Amino acid sequence: MVTAHAHEPFTKKATNTKRGHMRSDDLSAPLDRLTRPLVREHGELRPATWDEALDRAAAGFRQGVERHGPNSFGMLSCARATNEMNFMAQKFARVVVGTNNVDSCNRTCHAPSVAGLAAAFGSGGGTSSYTEIEDTDLIIIWGGNPRFAHPIFFQHVLKGVHRGAKLFVVDPRRTSTAEWADRWLGLNVGTDIPLAHAVGREILHAGLANETFVERATTGLDEYRELVEPWTLAAAEAETGVPAEAIREMAHAYARAERAQLCWTLGITEHHNATDNVRALINLSLLTGHVGRHGAGLNPLRGQNNVQGGGDMGAIPDRLVGFQDILDPEVRAPFERLWGRPIQGTKGKTLTQMFESMESQELRTLYVIGENPVQSEPETHKTTGRLRSLDHLVVQDIFLTRTAELADVVLPASASWCESDGTFTNSERRVQLVRKALDPPEGARDDIEIMCELANRMGQEWERPSAEDIWNEVRSLSPMHRGMSYARLAELSGIQWPCYSEDELEPSYLHSRLWSEDPEERGEPAPFGIVGHSPPVDLLDEDFPFRLTTGRRLDDYNTGVQTSGFSSPLRRGELLDLSPEDAAKLGVKDGETVRVTSRRGSVLTPVSVTEAMRPGLVFMTFHFPDQVDTQMLTIDATDPIAGTAEYKAAAVRIERVEEEARVSAAAS
Amino acid sequence: MDLKFLDEAPTTAEREAVDSVLGPPESGWDGGTRQDTDLRYARGGHTARDQRDMLLPALHAVNDRVGWISRGALDHICRRLTVPPAEAYAVASFYAMFAMHERPRRVVHLCTDIACAAAGSSGLRDRMVERLGPPGSTEGGTTWHESPCLGMCERAPAALALQAGDPARYAVAAPAGPDDLDALAESASADGPVAPSEGNGHRPAVRTTYGADPLPGTAPEADAASAVPDAGSPDHVLLRRIGRVDPLSLDDYRAEGGYAALREALRLGPAGVLREVNDSGLVGRGGAAFPTGRKWSATAQQPDAPHYLVCNADESEPGTFKDRVLMEGDPFSLVEAMTIAGYAIGAQTGYLYIRGEYPRALRHLENALALARERDLLGTDIMGSGFSFDIEIRRGAGAYICGEETAIFGSIEGQRGEPRSKPPFPVEKGLFGKPTAVNNVETLVNVLPVLLMGGPAYAAVGTEKSTGPKLFCLSGGVRRPGLYEMPFGATLRDLVEAAGGMPEGRSIRAILLGGAAGTFVRGDELDIPLTFEGAREAGTSLGSGVVLVLDDTADLASTLVRVAAFFRDESCGQCVPCRVGTVRQEESLLRLRAGASPAQELPLLREVGQAMRDASICGLGQTAWNAVESAIDRLGLFSEDTHQTAAPGDRPATEEAR
Repeated sequence: MVTAHAHEPFTKKATNTKRGHMRSDDLSAPLDRLTRPLVREHGELRPATWDEALDRAAAGFRQGVERHGPNSFGMLSCARATNEMNFMAQKFARVVVGTNNVDSCNRTCHAPSVAGLAAAFGSGGGTSSYTEIEDTDLIIIWGGNPRFAHPIFFQHVLKGVHRGAKLFVVDPRRTSTAEWADRWLGLNVGTDIPLAHAVGREILHAGLANETFVERATTGLDEYRELVEPWTLAAAEAETGVPAEAIREMAHAYARAERAQLCWTLGITEHHNATDNVRALINLSLLTGHVGRHGAGLNPLRGQNNVQGGGDMGAIPDRLVGFQDILDPEVRAPFERLWGRPIQGTKGKTLTQMFESMESQELRTLYVIGENPVQSEPETHKTTGRLRSLDHLVVQDIFLTRTAELADVVLPASASWCESDGTFTNSERRVQLVRKALDPPEGARDDIEIMCELANRMGQEWERPSAEDIWNEVRSLSPMHRGMSYARLAELSGIQWPCYSEDELEPSYLHSRLWSEDPEERGEPAPFGIVGHSPPVDLLDEDFPFRLTTGRRLDDYNTGVQTSGFSSPLRRGELLDLSPEDAAKLGVKDGETVRVTSRRGSVLTPVSVTEAMRPGLVFMTFHFPDQVDTQMLTIDATDPIAGTAEYKAAAVRIERVEEEARVSAAAS
Repeated sequence: MDLKFLDEAPTTAEREAVDSVLGPPESGWDGGTRQDTDLRYARGGHTARDQRDMLLPALHAVNDRVGWISRGALDHICRRLTVPPAEAYAVASFYAMFAMHERPRRVVHLCTDIACAAAGSSGLRDRMVERLGPPGSTEGGTTWHESPCLGMCERAPAALALQAGDPARYAVAAPAGPDDLDALAESASADGPVAPSEGNGHRPAVRTTYGADPLPGTAPEADAASAVPDAGSPDHVLLRRIGRVDPLSLDDYRAEGGYAALREALRLGPAGVLREVNDSGLVGRGGAAFPTGRKWSATAQQPDAPHYLVCNADESEPGTFKDRVLMEGDPFSLVEAMTIAGYAIGAQTGYLYIRGEYPRALRHLENALALARERDLLGTDIMGSGFSFDIEIRRGAGAYICGEETAIFGSIEGQRGEPRSKPPFPVEKGLFGKPTAVNNVETLVNVLPVLLMGGPAYAAVGTEKSTGPKLFCLSGGVRRPGLYEMPFGATLRDLVEAAGGMPEGRSIRAILLGGAAGTFVRGDELDIPLTFEGAREAGTSLGSGVVLVLDDTADLASTLVRVAAFFRDESCGQCVPCRVGTVRQEESLLRLRAGASPAQELPLLREVGQAMRDASICGLGQTAWNAVESAIDRLGLFSEDTHQTAAPGDRPATEEAR
């Protein structure tokens, strides 16, 4: 996800190739910004002038396109950069190169949410706003720990809770979020669908379904009824581990609440059947009518400042800006007119597919802007090998990341959030202006400026546009952004999409149409998702008896690039969270180092004994890839619809490390 | 929240003490043993957090049982209540009576405040140092502290011993002679078998916080009635039952007219009660003299619900002991009055906040509540009227500030007892953020005659602007110190004469009116009428009814230093003018006592005093300079001609400033 850990000077590259060893030092070493372009010569990166670097980068792309066609090119855009930058990145792919192969780390987290919501409602955003979380009666947080991972959102949750809203938390671990909850349901990893179906069945059997809404706004209830019928409370208890009474309690609380919010995070989406998980949760809102009203809705919690905006801007392989379907020629027409170039009427490759097609040599060149797939993708060594097999890799970043270390050309960029003007779109679909506060360090250049330079070297004539110019182009192409002029964004401190005209604001929640009495206005009904249970791919057995799940801690973020430069009193480095029962059984103490082995790899990590875990369940983060490379353990089984990997469920075994082994590990 | 619990376990006794207040834990998540079901399910949230107001009782339970609050005990309390340990520590360490380090089970509180100092507490202090070492020393089997006013000024000097155990016990020595004090300072006695408290044959003993028997070897405490020199006087209204009824007997109380006022209230209806109280002209007796009827009507009218009643029995103003005598001698009258108040303002719950240094009053009230519940005089459907009301006791733990009308909310809610900015006023947002009427004990007890006599008849007693009877706490150099009841309108002279005047050969050097937060007047100002308006005209105030007489032997400079030390100690530290000002004031007075030039010090004192008065959040800081100012301006203390150098026998300034 994030750009990486670049405090190592590039000359030390060779020492960094060993994996899985311990490095307990410098967990918060300061990061050095890239200020000079680098090019690879005789296998090593060396400083170069901007002209040389840009020429080399453009030439590599041009050759790739000439020899292997536009679809041999891939673009990874940055979910932390502005909407304007993301729009230009997808435009670069579609206009300069002529491919739809553009995607971002969005893929590794919430693509299933977008896919699931779009399948039900036609568009892929969360349906409510922050203030509505404060104004609701019941909040269910399912597969998320926003207290740590979404602290801003959680402030709104807490306001709601302080106003009296009940909070249910569904999570295998009793997280910090769960400590705030009225009820915590500790399900088995990967049994979200059985739990959701049992809740749905209970609602139906108790006669608590919202008949008016189901009748007006949904299709497929009979099928759904049949689907969930086997999931009795007892059956669900057997599969999920959650007491039947607790399931019943949650079903009744959700159905009876006058307003309820259902929120989820990566515990739902980082599974091999993630889109199905999302559909199973959406079903509950359809059953109870908890969508399309003030205070009632569905909210996938996004993890990065602009992960919503990146998708909105069309930096995804199957949609043009404003979630417009790329397969529809009528949608493509205005783009082709404005850009003067036909757009392929087929979906491009997702991030996951791009990596797969590197192996088959289908994808030959890759332009990575502000992403660090080496450390954010599962199965690190596989990812590294694939990137090495490329003909041409250009990485544009603010730090020399692990991915940048593999590049042929490294372009030092500005930090979008403080060194450029533009807009971001947050989790509640609110587009907000971001203003340039600092000049980039001498030598680094703005992302958009770099793209223009490359475009011009590849046969286009791109003037460097201002951020507002780009935004006005977005508005001309995307109906749902049309009413958002910069002036209006400034005046209103941000506007939520959709915003079709400059004279009006839409309600703060989506899909109110579904409640309309007029079928015309109601439009396309929302279908129940008919999805079955599919347990995690990485099965537990005698050799791998522990279920490893992953997530974040409060004071670190993703692979640590943005956070490891800051010291924190809470940071203890990577840890394996372990229940007191398992710690006793294994004979390990808090802080002791153990070996964690999955079917794919093995790492050494200290343990943290905590009552938040139960026997058989262990937890790690991926914040400290240089200390412990958790992605060595995870599986790349991916969701067939959205392409997200199953980070949340690996099978591992845990062994005590003999004293000698520890010493030698430390020595190496 | 983000609870980071401590890594220490409670002892069995600590666990039992906490669980005796909170009930047994529900699961491994709230302090019980971790079980299989806990791995899959947890309850908490609102239900758990809503118990935050049980923090103070839980801390008391541990302190009462083992004498101090260990990390293990604190952690257990925090798990039970989902309170972060740091927050619970902040609350526990706010109160003087809780110890966060191990100490002997028995703690002697030796009062060294104004009245007791005037009665010779310094000799007793020296004796304690000799026997037990310096204050706070934990060497022996008993530890001791110098205490602010213990509310036993009528029999100064006073000392109180509290001993943790099952049950906790106490003993009082007042007036304390050297031998009485020695008995208190004995090592903590072993827990005897729990002696059944003396019932009167036909009813089971009520379980109270403190055991019925005093500490072995100590003299039994004198009856509450001994504090009322003219007990039994036919003129008494508020004190009429003191000495005539058994304070532990509800039947006795009813035989003396008890619960007639509640019956009248239920007949009148809430609006009728409000009308009578408004007509009576009753104003608050805690010091602020706010019209009670207006406060009640404003609370009753609030649309927000529920409404709460808080009885402020945190009587801590130095020199004040009237509420203690009422609670010890006639506890049921307060229970009845609170029930009427709850009825009038539309509350179903009343909190009785009693100061921690009043073990006997606590015991009598715990008994009274239990008996009243037994007879359906509290609880649901009181007297068949459909009205439901109950009272919870909350015990303070040694913090004067908690008697401030908003700090008391924080203390009850389980927060630090820090005053809140007004507005919003308590009638709008008080306890738990809900409409609340806060009344002093004496104010509430006045409601009984208001209803029995009728508002207009009550208003005819006293003067036009100060209606009804008033209690005065006389202490110091008069012949018969004690609690006196007089209708408003009597003069200071009437009161001093009622108390027998001054002993042969003594004259009045000064009279402190209203306590530490009040003002000094001279011995030649005895014609001041003791009414709110009369006092105001004379540039003083009645405050809580303290009349503390200092004779010509008094060391006024030291008295002022003691007053200043009191405020410095009791400032909650929340606002700067008070936190800093009280320290500067004390320092300056210490320098003056040691002989510094008034010409240099007085301007500084005035500036500091004015800053505190103008800018402090609450009454504590606003009045912390009153007594000092009046001593300078009214008594002429530290003026160039009367300025005396340090009195012989003065302790070094550093010790006093401790």
